Amino acid sequence: MGVDRRFFLKALGLTGAAIGTGKPLGASPVVSEDETEFHGILFDSTWCAGCQGCEIACAEAHGLEGPALEDVPEVGKKRKANEYRRTVVNAHETSAGEFFVKTQCMQCAQPACVSACLTKAMYKQKDGSVIWREEKCMGCRYCMISCPFDAPKFEYHSTNPKIQKCDMCYDRVKEGLLPACVENCPAEAVKFGSRRELIAEARQRIADFPGMYHDVIYGEHEAGGTGWLYLSSVPFEELGFNTKVQKKPYPELTKGFLYSVPSVFVLAPAVLLGIHSATKNKSNQDNENE
Amino acid sequence: MNNTTAIEQPRNGKSTWKFLAEELKPKGKPFTWFNIISVPVITAGIVIIILRFIHGLGYVSNIDQEVPWGLWKGFNVVTGVAFAGGAYVLTFIVYILNVQKFKSIVRVTVLNGFLAYVFYAGALVLDLGRPLKIINPIIGNSFGANSVLFLIAWHFLLYMIAQLIEFSPAIAEWLGAKRARKILSGMTIGAVIMGITLSTLHQSGLGALFLMASEKIHPLWYNEFIPILFLVSSVFAGLSMVIFEGSISKRVFADKISEKNKTGHKGIIHTFSQICAFAMFVYFFMHIIVFVHGKNWAYLNSRMGVWYLVEMIGFVLVPMVMFFVSYRKVNITLAKVAAIVTMLGIVINRLNVSIIAYRWDAEVPYYPTWMEVVVTFTIIFIEVWVFRWVVNRMPVYNESPAWAKENEH
Ligand code: SF4
Ligand code: SF4
Repeated sequence: MGVDRRFFLKALGLTGAAIGTGKPLGASPVVSEDETEFHGILFDSTWCAGCQGCEIACAEAHGLEGPALEDVPEVGKKRKANEYRRTVVNAHETSAGEFFVKTQCMQCAQPACVSACLTKAMYKQKDGSVIWREEKCMGCRYCMISCPFDAPKFEYHSTNPKIQKCDMCYDRVKEGLLPACVENCPAEAVKFGSRRELIAEARQRIADFPGMYHDVIYGEHEAGGTGWLYLSSVPFEELGFNTKVQKKPYPELTKGFLYSVPSVFVLAPAVLLGIHSATKNKSNQDNENE
Repeated sequence: MNNTTAIEQPRNGKSTWKFLAEELKPKGKPFTWFNIISVPVITAGIVIIILRFIHGLGYVSNIDQEVPWGLWKGFNVVTGVAFAGGAYVLTFIVYILNVQKFKSIVRVTVLNGFLAYVFYAGALVLDLGRPLKIINPIIGNSFGANSVLFLIAWHFLLYMIAQLIEFSPAIAEWLGAKRARKILSGMTIGAVIMGITLSTLHQSGLGALFLMASEKIHPLWYNEFIPILFLVSSVFAGLSMVIFEGSISKRVFADKISEKNKTGHKGIIHTFSQICAFAMFVYFFMHIIVFVHGKNWAYLNSRMGVWYLVEMIGFVLVPMVMFFVSYRKVNITLAKVAAIVTMLGIVINRLNVSIIAYRWDAEVPYYPTWMEVVVTFTIIFIEVWVFRWVVNRMPVYNESPAWAKENEH
């Protein structure tokens, strides 16, 4: 989003302010050497055993309810993340057998939610995590409208509602810990690291076991690239993934509109004033002629 | 003439406070049909609003994790603003094109627009989960300047100010403040230019809000031209509203409207039907291009497809033809009917984009609760109350006081 905002402000003639807002993140998800690389998490669905360890750990780490005892992943049951749980694991029957998939906020490289948020409550940090900041959010839920993965969840039954969504445990990572789900996955189906290295590793796994993997890393290009990356044996639509998401970053969809705003602000008043004086003179003349 | 007499005179020598206190009292009959219906609705609505703040949004509303915007956003904000478009179209015709014929209805339209924005912004606040934080995007500790909603929020705010300035001479005339009136009238043209610019941007901006929901809105309604379609349709939505409102007011406020303006009203409607027919033609044509371009034929053969055809033919094409005929045949009644059909069409279109076609495939489709519906009407009714209060006091329909007219030249 760095680029978007910078361009927009520049167009408004506020370049100075933009320089003050920090270094650009660059359009590509992986940033240059001298900056922190984007983190990511690789989920390998061929390893996941559906034990819900991540669900429980996530709920504990964020003070949420988590799954009820009898609420286990089953084929045909579509469990969803909500305001009480930021992540869920679902079972899917596919052409290659039964697989489990964990879902949560994807940590987009150029997040729709961040460009939607009018208070900068949704915020993409330098380490790649997309976080929600309580003191800024006004609860308009425009982030929910815009997110292609329906990730942000809203506490509808609270008088001081929060948005709940995965933030890649940025606070734990800052202290040198692993994200709660990664630390608590007995099958090691989730792996934390720099996004660049994780993509390399995913490619390696596909190359090493060609029969085992479908040759696509979901998240490498989806929505302009996401922090969460997925490996699977079968095409991703079989696993209930949204494969209709576009490859371009979502904020590009509003760019054209936003960029035209400054020019309208300059041109429209000038044109209106021009017409106004033209017609005014004319009606004056008409009056004189009468 | 010294200042004191200038102010005191129009109020028959009453002091400012006494004058205001008397003006605040209700005028008119207490038991009209409108009052009998609106008072219970407003009472219930206020109770529901209180419940909403005690128990949270989910207590009164059906919005959920998949459909986070419901009737309050879709109807009061998105639809209501389209209807308020009459103000910018009319100020453009009267102040920019200097067509004097429409001058008699500028004030009432601007007043309508202003109140609409005040109340729809109010609806927006009701719908906010954390309304106290609304200052964040305004006082500038966190500007999300690349957000469409940020733009809209600011435009609403600025446009309300512009409209208040446009309307302010009427307030000054009411209070008998001659000097203030002179200064405020001088600001009109600036406010008008600002207002039109802001309007074009946020009318289209309301459409641009949905641009990122590209897969969530049914392909028959989602396209990259939503902003332009919203802008073009706001022209005939606004004018239809002006026709509709004018026909009602002509009866309700009959005593206030001069004979000259009553006859003038026919001519106004006549010209409006021409503008509406033309704008609707452009709109319809754009829809066809978008439809063909998007290769959407396959979708027609479904429930949503039929619904799309109903909207396009029944509520765009038909009223367009009606407007056209009413213009050629100078049939004012037909124009009024066309205005009503057009307005229904706008309601359908805006609700389609923001609610009905939004996650049309959701497992649990969204239907508003009765409480949401009551609050929606509460907002509209309170707006009408305030409108009536203003019209009964300030020179909106009735002629400006003589002193104000002298100042004009
Ligand atoms: S998945 Fe949704 S909430 Fe998460 S970063 Fe992307 S746009 Fe934001
Ligand atoms: S709900 Fe909060 S986080 Fe989401 S867009 Fe609105 S202000 Fe931003």
